[in-house]
Amino acid sequence: MSILKQREALLALAILLLIGLVATRFPAFVAPGSLVNVFNDTSPLILLAIGQMIVILTKCIDLSVAANLALCGMVAALMNGAGVPLPLILVAAIALGAALGAVNGLLVWKLGIPSIVVTLGTMTIYRGVIFLMTNGAWVNAHQMTDDFKALPRAVILGLPVMSWVTLAAIALFTVLLTRTPLGRSFYAVGGNPHAAVYTGINVGRTQCLAFMISGGLAGLTGYLWVARYAVAYVDIADGFELSVVAACVIGGVAIAGGAGSIAGAVLGALFLGVINNALPVVGISPFWQMAISGSAIVVAVCFNAAQSRTSGRIILKPQEVAR
Amino acid sequence: MTAPATRIIPDRLQSPLSRALRSWEAVLVIVAIAVFVTNAFASPYFLNAWNLSDATFNFTEKAMIAFAMAMLIIAGEIDLSVASIIALVSTAMGLAMQAGAGVPLLVVIGLGTGLLCGAINGFLVAGMGLPSIVVTIGTMSLFRGISYIVLGDQAFTGYPDGFDYFGQGYVWWVFSFELVLFAVMAVVFWALLHCTNFGRAVYAIGNNATAAQFSGIRVARVRFILFLLTGLTSGIAAICLTSRLGSTRPSIATGFELEVVTMVVLGGVSILGGSGSILGVVLAAFIMGMVTFGFGLLNVPGIVMSIFLGLLLIGVIAVPRLLRGK
Repeated sequence: MSILKQREALLALAILLLIGLVATRFPAFVAPGSLVNVFNDTSPLILLAIGQMIVILTKCIDLSVAANLALCGMVAALMNGAGVPLPLILVAAIALGAALGAVNGLLVWKLGIPSIVVTLGTMTIYRGVIFLMTNGAWVNAHQMTDDFKALPRAVILGLPVMSWVTLAAIALFTVLLTRTPLGRSFYAVGGNPHAAVYTGINVGRTQCLAFMISGGLAGLTGYLWVARYAVAYVDIADGFELSVVAACVIGGVAIAGGAGSIAGAVLGALFLGVINNALPVVGISPFWQMAISGSAIVVAVCFNAAQSRTSGRIILKPQEVAR
Repeated sequence: MTAPATRIIPDRLQSPLSRALRSWEAVLVIVAIAVFVTNAFASPYFLNAWNLSDATFNFTEKAMIAFAMAMLIIAGEIDLSVASIIALVSTAMGLAMQAGAGVPLLVVIGLGTGLLCGAINGFLVAGMGLPSIVVTIGTMSLFRGISYIVLGDQAFTGYPDGFDYFGQGYVWWVFSFELVLFAVMAVVFWALLHCTNFGRAVYAIGNNATAAQFSGIRVARVRFILFLLTGLTSGIAAICLTSRLGSTRPSIATGFELEVVTMVVLGGVSILGGSGSILGVVLAAFIMGMVTFGFGLLNVPGIVMSIFLGLLLIGVIAVPRLLRGK
């Protein structure tokens, strides 16, 4: 029974139930190929949710991820147009993303500005910069080289590279969060910043690192997004930051910081991904997506509050609170 | 041993005049004058009563919401769903219009829908004790999402005669209905925040909610009322905007929440709660409106304007902190 009380298990059950429900009427939805497709489609959301989850762990929020993704994607597309080799583009996209994340992080760390204000501001600034670089022009498929577009779609052992990248990120950050001092310090900073200071953790620096991870992942996703859909323009992934935050909240990541897991964030993203992919199959207009993810956030946050006393890994908190 | 010198404590630590001159509002007045003069020199079309009157439409609707948002932020909460409330209110009015509702009924439905949205936010935050950022990010997609469900890629047009007065009518000479409403609401909110017990309670909650609770303030009720107020003002703004545009699309007022929050923060309201004034918000509204108008006259694209807003939002908080050495 105790495993049923765990958020991750419940969420996994809900996803299976959802897939089962769709399968009763449309069996083709559960064909392995179709499920791989759902996972692949959800990959950008999973990648960003992992970064966002780490930021939220440290009591911050990053609303600039989607704008960061769009900017890095555009830079990757422009570099491709300028004839830069692909490996260099990949490195540049991740580095630029991390740098943009560092801008957020430094403003939060050095000036103590609340993260929601900083990232609301940088969200519009990053998108505006894309416009300044391109004057609103699009980079279309025929302006991209074939190897640039082929990489995320290339199939290795039955899975596209995009999915492999996502799986690698899940593994990497699970290890980082559960097996390294840095991972523990993310939890410590969010769980109890004052106690974290006394244990020798630099709170601001840790938050800044979280923003850089989130930014780096957004940069990587930016390349994958632009290469997969073979188009780059100012408004790609517009409003995507809300889905990313939704995935985290649904995955049981506490918005007050200090509690959550990679598995939760990934399952939260998959939950939204399955819904988004199932809607057209079941014949519901895609215009329902926004309201559904909105309701999912509200329901999940109510659920989190009801569960907050029992869930999550809260360390460095008084015993009676952590229970 | 000499007796310790008596220390004289003055009645006032700072004279009222020097306090007024050093306030954030004084800085805003100087910035407003600077922007006004720069604009007047940059474009020959700026100093024209009708042009200036048109320019006020850039900020009146957002400023109406900003008054309520300022009180909400002073109380330590935030409402990111205001733009989505506008979309939902506008959609509700569109549905009512299709069902044949007249102008008075449209207004009632608009205000009612706004209040209902505010009540939902208020119930979730004040009633259930959930964090307002997440709740309103959720209702932000929920409210606009309902709009998308109803409208899809369609639009409501053909609002009845007389409905256009709210967004396009003039009370007297160049003073539009929206501008007059903005001025009236500024006075009402100024009185509410600075002259009533309710206003004092808002500051008390923003500074220390626990202490406020123990001094007998019904914290949850005040928070609930504040969310009702942002809902109501969003409803009013939605009526004006819908009337001005003459149509409803689900994407109406996209990004307004950012501009409203920017306006409030630029007006000197602390994003952490506990301090700020309505006068500051009024001045910030004028500054943002004039900058937008000035950029427009110089043919600067809207997205460059939004970069400027983003920089302004961060700069306004960052610069004082840098000057104070954090």
